[in-house]
Amino acid sequence: MTDYTRATATEQAAALAAGDVTSVELTQQHLDRIAAVDGPVHAFLHVSDEIALTAAAAVDAARAAGEELPALAGVPIAVKDVLVTEGIPTTAGSRILEGWVPPYDGTVTARLRAARMPILGKTNMDEFAMGSSTEFSGYGPTHNPWDLDRIPGGSGGGSAAAVAAYEAPLAIGSDTGGSIRQPAAVTGTVGVKPTYGGVSRYGAIALASSLDQLGPVARTVADTAALHEVMGGHDPKDATSLDEPVPACTAAVAQGVDGDLKGVKVGVVEQLGGEGYQDGVRSRFEESLDLLRARGAETVEVSCPSFEYALAAYYLILPSEASSNLAKFDSVRFGMRVEKDNVENTMRATRAEGFGDEVKRRIILGTYALSAGYYDAYYGSAQKVRTLIQRDFAAAFGKADVLVSPTTPTTPFKLGERLDDPLAMYLNDVATIPANLAGIPGMSLPAGLAPEDGLPVGFQILAPAHEDARLYRVGAALEADLVASWGGPLLAQAPELEVAK
Amino acid sequence: MSSLDSAQVARLAGLARIDLTAEELDRLSGQLNAIVDAVATVSEAVGDDVPATSHPIPMANVHREDVVQPSLTNAQALSGAPDAEDGRFRVPRILGEEA
Repeated sequence: MTDYTRATATEQAAALAAGDVTSVELTQQHLDRIAAVDGPVHAFLHVSDEIALTAAAAVDAARAAGEELPALAGVPIAVKDVLVTEGIPTTAGSRILEGWVPPYDGTVTARLRAARMPILGKTNMDEFAMGSSTEFSGYGPTHNPWDLDRIPGGSGGGSAAAVAAYEAPLAIGSDTGGSIRQPAAVTGTVGVKPTYGGVSRYGAIALASSLDQLGPVARTVADTAALHEVMGGHDPKDATSLDEPVPACTAAVAQGVDGDLKGVKVGVVEQLGGEGYQDGVRSRFEESLDLLRARGAETVEVSCPSFEYALAAYYLILPSEASSNLAKFDSVRFGMRVEKDNVENTMRATRAEGFGDEVKRRIILGTYALSAGYYDAYYGSAQKVRTLIQRDFAAAFGKADVLVSPTTPTTPFKLGERLDDPLAMYLNDVATIPANLAGIPGMSLPAGLAPEDGLPVGFQILAPAHEDARLYRVGAALEADLVASWGGPLLAQAPELEVAK
Repeated sequence: MSSLDSAQVARLAGLARIDLTAEELDRLSGQLNAIVDAVATVSEAVGDDVPATSHPIPMANVHREDVVQPSLTNAQALSGAPDAEDGRFRVPRILGEEA
């Protein structure tokens, strides 16, 4: 039996359609891989093997009966634990939701089931998506498959590590300030944050509602495009859902792979590079720019001066919205209860025990930023900075079709290194946050390994709102040239994980 | 811009309904102070002439027809509750002794 776990999702779908493998076999291969390597990687919080195999068997039966099936039917997927899944435990990485089994599906979950994709399980994350390393998970960190002593990024470190370790070909992520793109960068994988409103958030446990967006996680640009088309599209259950067609992601990939980039202007953002960025990150970024120019793209410098304040604005807006969103964890309707003499003391004791440090920090910070006397200076000013950032993007997109930068200033650091220094941790997201503040789409794809430490570097592409297809065209073109220069996918250079017997 | 002392942090934690131990209060106060100092720069960045943006993509209110739609059953809605009785969420005493 051929092992398909290293094949791309697109290749797996083709093998299923050709009858070379069944979905039950393919799903079982991934479950076996999870059993073999997830001990040390810890990408999964829950493995839903029976549910996955039942769905796989149903797809196989439908295929045998000659039914017309969706493109990714039978290809298994991992789901970030932020998205509710009926009948499959969902915790958002928090102890306060330990053991909760949702009575309904989020819209994206429902779309995965309708696309006939077996759900392998739920992936680890920083608690309520607050973090950049998964170290703030209530269930222990995920480890980077490239080096188990290092962070896999966050908050979606579990989804990124799962695809990097060949435990799943595809995964769902969520990106509030970089939680899809930064893990992709540090694990040598691909992740996309769609335009705000492009993917329904119904059933995604909210962190910061004006910033959150679900998106695809995979090993190739083409696979993220295929998954984006499954996830995307209007949903009346989400009032922020865009009522417009899903971007033509896979067509844009084909255009990028086959065509040149003549006439495409690529803007290099002056403020997202230079000082504070690791040497190897900068050199790999420059190499990618050379490849884009060789394809015919024109590179131009653009300046976004207000980005200097993006991190500060983000760490006011996010905690403010989070402090409000997390009020629902009140020990009444779901999750943990630490029983005390009255309901208020019960709530205080429950939240004390159920929430971790970072969640407490951000709720308290948000409560402060929204409190009388401070609102205008903090939350109000942050919302004005948001306007300035949008204006900077508008000016930059007047000069360029897409903007580019390194995804993160550094390669993955060691677990534990920044745990007690929140500000150092927040700096991970300095290059990814502006896109969330402006609602625009962004992608991270592997740009190679930093020479000084041999660890993955991410290349970020940003496009104007509603122009997600541009990410896929430029990303697919760059990926094709990079893979050709490496003689194969970057992940082929990752060390083999030790396999448990 | 003011900084946060531990009494303020204790008050904010109370408003947010989170009990903090003395050790947590001490540790979080120091960290929160550093964060507040760092984020306070936003107030220098903008003048009164800049409008606020609350939502990244312009959108109008969304309405739907006022018709009954499928929803969770009573049993489903209560399925995750820590405690329930007679088809309702059950909670500890709400009012204090003096009430």
